[in-house]
Amino acid sequence: MVQPDMLDQPGRDGPPPAAGAPSGRAMRLGRRFAGVALSLVLTLLGLLLVTFVIGRIMPIDPVLKVVGERATQAQYDAAYQAMGLDKPIWQQFLRYMAEVLRGDFGRSISTGHAVAQDLRRVFPATLELATLGTMIGVLVGVPLGVVAAARRGGWIDQVARVVALVGYSMPIFWLGLMGLLLFYGILGWVGGPGRQGIVYDGMVPTVTGLILVDSLVAGDWAAFRDAFSHIVLPAGLLGYFSLAYISRMTRSFMLEQLSAEYVVTARVKGLSERRVIWGHAFRNILVPLVTVIALSFGSLLEGSVLTEIVFSWPGIGQYITKALLAGDMNAVLGGTVVVGTCFVALNLLSDILYRLLDPRAT
Amino acid sequence: MQNRFPLRALMLASAVALAPAGAAWAETPADTLVIAHQIDDIISLDPGQSFEFSGQDVVRNLYDRLVDIDPLDLAAGIKPSLAESWEVSEDGKTITLTMREGVKFHSGNPVRAEDAAWSLQRAVKLNKSPAFILNQFGFTAENVDERVTFDGNRLVLQLDQPYAQSYVLNCLASEVGSVVDKETVMAHAEGEDFGNAWLSTNDAGSGPFTLATWRPNEAVQLTANPDYWQGAPALARVIVRHVQESSAQRLLLEQGDVDVARNLTPTDVEGIAGNDRLKVMDELRGRILYMGLSQKDPLLSRPEMVEAMKYLIDYAGMESSFLKGQWKVHQNFLPEGYLGASDENPWTHDIEKARQILTDAGITSGTVRTIVRDIREYVDAAQTLQAAMAQVGLTLEIQQMTGAQVLDAYRARQVPVFIGEWGPDYADPHTNASTFAHNPNNADDAGLSQLAWRNSWAVPDEMNRAVEAATLEGDTDKRVQMYLDIQSQYREIAPIIPMFQKIEQVAMQQNVQNWTSGGSVSSVLYRQVTKE
Repeated sequence: MVQPDMLDQPGRDGPPPAAGAPSGRAMRLGRRFAGVALSLVLTLLGLLLVTFVIGRIMPIDPVLKVVGERATQAQYDAAYQAMGLDKPIWQQFLRYMAEVLRGDFGRSISTGHAVAQDLRRVFPATLELATLGTMIGVLVGVPLGVVAAARRGGWIDQVARVVALVGYSMPIFWLGLMGLLLFYGILGWVGGPGRQGIVYDGMVPTVTGLILVDSLVAGDWAAFRDAFSHIVLPAGLLGYFSLAYISRMTRSFMLEQLSAEYVVTARVKGLSERRVIWGHAFRNILVPLVTVIALSFGSLLEGSVLTEIVFSWPGIGQYITKALLAGDMNAVLGGTVVVGTCFVALNLLSDILYRLLDPRAT
Repeated sequence: MQNRFPLRALMLASAVALAPAGAAWAETPADTLVIAHQIDDIISLDPGQSFEFSGQDVVRNLYDRLVDIDPLDLAAGIKPSLAESWEVSEDGKTITLTMREGVKFHSGNPVRAEDAAWSLQRAVKLNKSPAFILNQFGFTAENVDERVTFDGNRLVLQLDQPYAQSYVLNCLASEVGSVVDKETVMAHAEGEDFGNAWLSTNDAGSGPFTLATWRPNEAVQLTANPDYWQGAPALARVIVRHVQESSAQRLLLEQGDVDVARNLTPTDVEGIAGNDRLKVMDELRGRILYMGLSQKDPLLSRPEMVEAMKYLIDYAGMESSFLKGQWKVHQNFLPEGYLGASDENPWTHDIEKARQILTDAGITSGTVRTIVRDIREYVDAAQTLQAAMAQVGLTLEIQQMTGAQVLDAYRARQVPVFIGEWGPDYADPHTNASTFAHNPNNADDAGLSQLAWRNSWAVPDEMNRAVEAATLEGDTDKRVQMYLDIQSQYREIAPIIPMFQKIEQVAMQQNVQNWTSGGSVSSVLYRQVTKE
């Protein structure tokens, strides 16, 4: 998927503070809101356009998926026209946009279902996994990075380096299979591939599509435990990869701060090492750290195709990939809208966080 | 040491969270059959549209057909199903089927001749992939309302030719011949779609199972129909889970979380050999692995080259190595299990003989190209052939592509050497005869889908006529002989070389009984499966 590389430019879409302007605050807010809305629309439009063009020039014939390989030329031509493929690309795009504006994402040719219905099913699966994975990445990666920087060259730093290196270089496919073999096959600690055990499948009514949440809402403790036992391994795996990245970034941010003069001053003044690190240096890396975390979360929200395949996880990554290979543009574009919206939303969220964390950023 | 705290707390928390989970599983529920299978090919569950392997597996269990084939009793041939009897008119062009009384759809509506007639009309008018199976009898969207009619509890089919009864009935036994509940489907029709959008994700059949859910790329759940007219299924539920990876399927099977695993690689099949709780069932399926030599290619179009290629293929070598247990040597276009199938496999891997044939024809060098799908078996087969061809001075250039790309090129007649599979479309020999050995128009713009056409092979008129005549032969014994004769001539001259027939290796728990994947002529049937 196309990644808008805007996340590392904090405050990019915020206009410069209109100092001294009358009713400045209200106007600022209004302009900000308009800016955000515009950025959302433009990003999505750009994404859709690029995806649409790529999908159309790909040497894959969506008609064959519909009519099957035994179809006669007449059947083929009929389907070709029914799908509007005989029109120029820009007309096809406009037609598609008009349908999207009416709230109709169309029907997927690779699943036979309405795309909106498919997305309501596959996106929560990915969201659940990505959220848990990022939580693990943050809760372990950040402290690990901070400690590694604080005790540079110490054993924790060495361990953190090895952990990160392994995380960067191991194929997730292999690690996933080994994890399944060990924790599911041999030890029996976790559930196998899939989101739920057979017994619990379809037992919890769908509210959010996040099975962990839905089972809690239903008060079904057993279903929650089952779902947790299934998600813990893939989430742990994704979390490991994201912690490898987050811990390295945290470490380098921290090193930069720890060599700054104010840290020396603080130490000279006799502040405890704990306050120097957590109270001063760490607070100052929060802004770039938020960017890193948002980026890492965003990339997990696209869905990790390989993880989803190994763990039979019916997420958006597999959905979009499969659709792309079938030339199923309705599904691909629908998925793109969801992923794109997530990125824009994350961008907005980190923007707000910057302002909360750093008063100077307003 | 404040900074150590989060780490330790997290480790402790995860240990606590994981500990109780270990006790949570057991084997699958006794009344439920759980299957791990690759089911991401399903695009519709409408019998008028479904044409994918795993979609047909579902459709077969949701619907009944007028007549049926029992994969566990192939010798019995065609059996009555929703039609309890049938008769053919003097001129052989009218078939009248009498419907069974008292059968009900899942909705509670009675199964009538009207539903049967409408189902066939609907499939023809929908004109989706499988429609051609019915159109072979002269039905078109325009005439089908007059040609397929009902009278009381009798269904009348008027054919354009006096086709062999076995041919017609075999086609009616395929999934597109499923009888759907007219009232229920029409209530969900949108525009002119005959309820296609709705029926793609719902069921309106009378079969042994009803559809509980279908979540694409995830799972299909079937619930037993307790009032099924042939007796309720032995198991209350069937759950098919999409599991892409062979190793994941194997783990699930070994842990007892699934009863059946249908896509194990040879390595994983070998891996579970020592496990006493599991067994592996081999079942011969209808798919043929073949090699097509395009007659557009100047080198491949020489008859000596075609003959030499038949000796360059290392049949036994491939069968015993990378195809082990999954494919068996089969050098005829009719799969074993079909009417008129032949078991003659005359060619062996014989480099010297190939060299002799080529030298006699003055061919001592040359280059041909193959475009293969990026599937391990195909690529391995191409490489094996490449090595053999190198021994006689020929070069094979191998180009790998995705399935969709290869198919595009193949349909455009642009693949010189094609290696791939063909699966029969219905249970009659004509399905393969018409594609391997029939090509009435070899022009580029003919736009046909036959394999013979795709390989630009101008089938001799005599063979074209023989294939057509075989559909009209009313005497089944004579019909069998006709197919044997066609195949014998085919082996002599055809540039599309059948090499192997598929063996499906299904791994399952010891307690699963009466499993069938459908044999070579049909799809999976769950009704008779039990768990002891």
